[in-house]
Amino acid sequence: MQIQINGHPYELPADATLDQAVALVSTTGAGVAAALGDEVVPRSQWVLTRLDPGQRVEVLTAAQGG
Amino acid sequence: MTSLAKATAADPRFTESSTASVPQRWPSPGDEHVGKDDHGADPFVIGGRHLRSRLLLGTGGAPSHEVLAGCISACGTVLVTVAMRRVDALAHGTVLDVIATHPGVTLLPNTAGCFTSREAVLTARLAREALGTDWVKLEVIADERTLLPDPVELLDAAERLVNDGFTVLPYTNDDPIVARRLEQLGCAAVMPLGAPIGSGLGIRNPHAIGMIVEQAGVPVILDAGIGTASDATLAMELGCAGVLLASAVTRAADPVLMAAAMRDAVHAGRAARLAGRIPVRTHAVSASPLEGRADLTTGLL
Repeated sequence: MQIQINGHPYELPADATLDQAVALVSTTGAGVAAALGDEVVPRSQWVLTRLDPGQRVEVLTAAQGG
Repeated sequence: MTSLAKATAADPRFTESSTASVPQRWPSPGDEHVGKDDHGADPFVIGGRHLRSRLLLGTGGAPSHEVLAGCISACGTVLVTVAMRRVDALAHGTVLDVIATHPGVTLLPNTAGCFTSREAVLTARLAREALGTDWVKLEVIADERTLLPDPVELLDAAERLVNDGFTVLPYTNDDPIVARRLEQLGCAAVMPLGAPIGSGLGIRNPHAIGMIVEQAGVPVILDAGIGTASDATLAMELGCAGVLLASAVTRAADPVLMAAAMRDAVHAGRAARLAGRIPVRTHAVSASPLEGRADLTTGLL
């Protein structure tokens, strides 16, 4: 299935979970947070969160600013 | 290279690899280890925590991580702002690597780039999850041209985040009434602008900043508009509890030297505020006694 991660399309297995999506853009997962749609998903829930086709995943971290 | 830059280059903290291992959780202002301020008689407390520097540094605009590291050390800050942005898988190190090399320096994530309360609340929650801190610099801007805060969205977001357990430091206009409302909502500080972000125009309405200080029961932190050291000093002389600045340092010709200047400027302004300035007078008041002068009017020679 195809999902959007940080605005780009990625192909994932049909039973993919959120931790797999995060791993595609962050090798360590340190200092990042993930949102599915408008909801923040706690790190502990990533492996339990099944993805649906077409879902939007945002993976954010700290950047210079402010 | 300035002598100061040479000094910091010799400091082992600035020679560590930017790819050093990153801790899973960064120190946050809520941690006990942030510790006491250096001025025991003049504590700087936000949200019940002592901070040992009254200068908050924004990390935006620094030309490199190395320069940013030098600025953090030179200005003595213990609280630096970061933005929340999409992970860049190709990035070589992040600002978190820089922070990790500065023990005692903690993160203040912001909601920069948010135009609505909904966006700001979601961004704050992402920051809390990513960085393990419930402190947030709340920023809800109205448009990209002015970058001025939208007070309606700001007040709404502040209320939501306070109710969600955040320690909220809102960036606001120099409007005493909005500042009062933010405090009433439970914000831990109020951060009025001196002038638009990045403008370097200084404090355009010192009277309004003074009014905010006069009424505030929480720390007032001058945020945005600082152009040079004297602006930071003026903020402190007006009674602000601290100053938050970024561009004035990170975009200076010599950022590390300007960072040191800002440290001294904040110290000087705070000391002057505590010392109590003399009243402004229309006419001169002699600094030398008139009594005991020689009589030179009749011509001794």
